[in-house]
Amino acid sequence: MSEVRVLVGTRKGAFILTSEGKRARWDVSGPHFPGWEIYHLKGSTVDPNRIYASQSSGWFGQIIQRSSDGGKTWETPGGEAMPAPGAPPQGQSNKFVYDSSPPTGKPLTTHQWYDGTQHPWEFKRVWHLEPSLTDPDTVYAGVEDAALFRTTDGAHTWHELAGLRGHGTGPQWQPGAGGLCLHTIIQDPSNPGRIFIAISAAGAFRTDDAGITWRPINRGLRSPYIPDPAAEIGHCVHHMAMHPSRPNVLFMQKHWDVLRSDNAGELWQEVSGNLPTDFGFAIDVHAHEPETVYVVPIKSDSEHFTPDGKLRVYRSRSGGNEWEALTKGLPQADCYVNVLRDAMSVDSLDKCGVYFGTTGGQVYASPDAGDTWAPIVRDLPAVLSVEVQTLQ
Amino acid sequence: MIRVELPPHLRGLARISGEVELDIQGPVTQRSVLDALEASFPMLRGAIRDHVTQKRRPFLRFFACGEDLSHQQPDTPLPDEVASGREPLLIVGAIAGG
Repeated sequence: MSEVRVLVGTRKGAFILTSEGKRARWDVSGPHFPGWEIYHLKGSTVDPNRIYASQSSGWFGQIIQRSSDGGKTWETPGGEAMPAPGAPPQGQSNKFVYDSSPPTGKPLTTHQWYDGTQHPWEFKRVWHLEPSLTDPDTVYAGVEDAALFRTTDGAHTWHELAGLRGHGTGPQWQPGAGGLCLHTIIQDPSNPGRIFIAISAAGAFRTDDAGITWRPINRGLRSPYIPDPAAEIGHCVHHMAMHPSRPNVLFMQKHWDVLRSDNAGELWQEVSGNLPTDFGFAIDVHAHEPETVYVVPIKSDSEHFTPDGKLRVYRSRSGGNEWEALTKGLPQADCYVNVLRDAMSVDSLDKCGVYFGTTGGQVYASPDAGDTWAPIVRDLPAVLSVEVQTLQ
Repeated sequence: MIRVELPPHLRGLARISGEVELDIQGPVTQRSVLDALEASFPMLRGAIRDHVTQKRRPFLRFFACGEDLSHQQPDTPLPDEVASGREPLLIVGAIAGG
């Protein structure tokens, strides 16, 4: 009997929504960590009951939570009772310190600030947690100010993959409106050494040696609002998605423009086509149809809400350019919400389920690949992230 | 016995309710109290003081006996009322934001 577990991060806690395979009735668990911002939760594909959560607060900083029972109970790795009075903690799961050690290269100390001056790198929070495809104790963390960290001991300790910040363009990176954040991490299931990441506002990057060296993959992007619209660095990439069966095909929602690459990011081409607006944040790919892509157009970068008061998911069955509005069950009047970059996900049932959360606190589900929608919950705090686990 | 009162978010993180009671050998200072607190509740490391600099996080303040002690040096002795357990050390989150 299949089951679906939807992990929802919000401005004021985490929620876990579960349903049987028909996805008709839902149980709601939460709030977990009430009052804290939960930027992201994600489960391991190797051990689905192992879930990691990024819990943060402007007051109290960054906390990493971990569950080993599918979100029923949680622990802060390294926060266990002392083995002996006065002994040091066994781990420091909430400690993210930029690598400044000489053996790993030339650590950068500054990036570009909003006004063009150089600014020190300062850790603020974890935006995205990406568990390894092969080991439940290995997780990648994308953080603000932009850097990539990795744990190999189940989140007890974290270490920066400093080759990304140190590869040469770091002083040109500058924060987007939400900060200088590394928000997207995609592992290539066919090539363990290949990882794609994206940073606002620097662009997309790729490693082919498991994070030691990196290079920008932004050729073909055009951003008219930066000094050189075709620059190698400086594009505000909002999110990327990939179908695991075709790891060389990437889809991207940029600040403006929806794009695709058919060669692992070597070159991008715009596929915005007939979208009513190509500004947006979320993008995802159907679980069984690698050319079926979903986006949620947002009016503009000054009006972060849906155009015309209508909440519409757009689906392309041709890998872009030709898009159809999916509206059945979604509000088509007086709706002014946003759908953030990590707030859309798919399950792998047949038919493919599609899920997204809004800044208005709704989480919508479609059990039929987007043809019809219904809210699972309507009144959560603003939704920051939605991840789906399909449990067999 | 030193008494410490944490803000609700940190009580939730440490999975406690009410005040924390700590035994401290030697001088009772902000540093010695926070060291003892973090030893008892390691999940609080980094949530009150920065991991690296060990400075108080900007939106937290320390109060006791009606006084703001936030800007005292970490090794300045805390008031006798705190050292004797008659008054708690209050760790307070700034009232800001939503």
